[in-house]
Amino acid sequence: MNSKSQTVIKLDQLKFRWPNQIADTIEIDELQLEAGEHLFVRGASGSGKTTLLNLLAGIHKPTNGKVELLGQNLASLSVSQRDQFRADHMGVVFQQFNLLPYLTTLENVTLSCAFSKRKQLRASESSEVITTAKNLLSGLNLSEELHKAPVSELSVGQQQRVAVARALIGRPEIVIADEPTSALDADNRDRFLDLLFQEVDAQACTLIFVSHDPQIAKRFERSIELTGKRELEGVL
Amino acid sequence: MNLLRITLKSARFRKVSLLLTVLSIAISVVLLLGVDKTRKEAKSSFLNTISETDLIVGARSGPTNLLLYSVFHIGNATNNISWETYESIAAKDEIAWTVPISLGDSHRGFRVMGTTPDYFEYYRYRDKQPLTFDSGERFDDTYEAVVGSDVARDLSYKVGDEIIISHGLVSADFANHEDKPFKVVGILKKTGTPVDRTTIVSLAGLEAIHIDWQSGARSGVKLDAEQALQFDLTPKSITAFMVGLENKALTFRVQRDINEFENEPMSAIIPGATLAEFWRTISAVEQILLIISGFVLLTGLLGMLTTILSTLNERRREIAVLRSIGARAIHVMVLIMLETLLVVIAGCITGVAMLYGLLALGRPIIARRFGVDLGLSWLDPTQQLIIIAVILGAVLVGLIPGFIAYRRSIQDGISLKV
Repeated sequence: MNSKSQTVIKLDQLKFRWPNQIADTIEIDELQLEAGEHLFVRGASGSGKTTLLNLLAGIHKPTNGKVELLGQNLASLSVSQRDQFRADHMGVVFQQFNLLPYLTTLENVTLSCAFSKRKQLRASESSEVITTAKNLLSGLNLSEELHKAPVSELSVGQQQRVAVARALIGRPEIVIADEPTSALDADNRDRFLDLLFQEVDAQACTLIFVSHDPQIAKRFERSIELTGKRELEGVL
Repeated sequence: MNLLRITLKSARFRKVSLLLTVLSIAISVVLLLGVDKTRKEAKSSFLNTISETDLIVGARSGPTNLLLYSVFHIGNATNNISWETYESIAAKDEIAWTVPISLGDSHRGFRVMGTTPDYFEYYRYRDKQPLTFDSGERFDDTYEAVVGSDVARDLSYKVGDEIIISHGLVSADFANHEDKPFKVVGILKKTGTPVDRTTIVSLAGLEAIHIDWQSGARSGVKLDAEQALQFDLTPKSITAFMVGLENKALTFRVQRDINEFENEPMSAIIPGATLAEFWRTISAVEQILLIISGFVLLTGLLGMLTTILSTLNERRREIAVLRSIGARAIHVMVLIMLETLLVVIAGCITGVAMLYGLLALGRPIIARRFGVDLGLSWLDPTQQLIIIAVILGAVLVGLIPGFIAYRRSIQDGISLKV
């Protein structure tokens, strides 16, 4: 486990520019997140959110500067090492259609452990992986009878919570949520956020939450904005 | 959960389109194996049109010509062999048996062959089978006939019917031997050989109907059936004869002796060798069949490629999800290729099952209609090779969507484009 003071995410002079473009899509001078911190990233579509997520996930390589996760400079890892790093230390929740439609709710959650021995081990520390998954789902208000159900029988709100369980199983240090509430109505959104914070805090995960919804920003202690001008506007 | 399980579950989720692909592969496999099996059966059936006969002897001519008129009843002999010559050769020590045959007349479009009852004893076809009777028995009287199964079927003959033999090969009213009808005493079972289309009578019978004919036309004197029997009905000449040897090792020596026979020019052929030689000249057909089924397979594989390529778009989201939880691009490629492999293996298994199902169903019908017994033997090495080639072909074809998915999953990353 990481101590509270450990730096989980450190961006330094980070710049990213797509080939054949004249301006940088991402330009972040400095950003540092400690374990358990929550960061709200606000930005309209086209502001580089997706690019930032792909940079954090190690899919894209920065044009300039570096991304350091858990003290590890991603650029120094090979492509497959970065894939493995993502599998071991990250959980991702998307806007919608997070789940594989041919798997049951439980299978979708435990799938995270299929690509990561570390998650597999950490999810089976206190009980079997299946039990850990069930506990996570129950903690996210998903009743037992939904566990074996095909995901097509779940509502959008329920699907998003299953995605959170999948992101959290195996206690990864970093959870990235990409507009996870945009398909939810206001009531569902608030309930979803309550549960998300509850579970993320229970595991002391560092959360990066991307959304264009300014109302959500209030619930975060830190926020940055990605603008069309690709400038870092405000911290906190 | 390993990649294979994910592949299986994912495939089950898209089962309709994949099952159709499996079916199209299966049909290609059925065609390929079916053509291969048919051509082998056809070849072995052809090569075994006549077996256990060591030599066929006729007037001097090319081996193929002799084979064609004596066994297949196609074309005509250039000349006959005199009865004396036949008897002197038949009497040789090395020769175990001989069966004379005499051709030249017809019955409603079917050849009439004169021979001795020994023909039923010694004629053997595929797997050394003797001729067997569907009903009735061998002839033993001058005016009795045995008909092949096609003759009986086409002309609806049964034992006891009377038939009229026509002079020569063209059925014309003026050249019928209507004064000396024959009685059908036996109907042969289907053999898949030219025997099926033959009416078999005794040599004496043929002699009797021609007794009042001279050089192909009626002579002035008329003799009825009973009167004809008073004459010596030993033929003056025959068309050809089949020879069985005491010792097969002597085949070439006896063949040479006959070819060099001084009193009369003759040719002796080894039927198996001549059949094989003749098959080579017509085997282009089987090559064409194989090429066609190759194209059918190609179509099947392209169909599979199309299906799998079209699923790539609907699976884009699935792939991004897998990438987000740590699947590497190579995992994605393996996932797509596993699916291709799965489809083609399922297709091959279904195809082989369909082939044997069809064989089991069609076997009695084919045996009845064509006289060929299709064995349910397991795939021979060529057919196993065909299956392996199909699978390898599919893997090669699967590389295309696999590589596209690989490249795309690197470009897309974990982001989902809605």
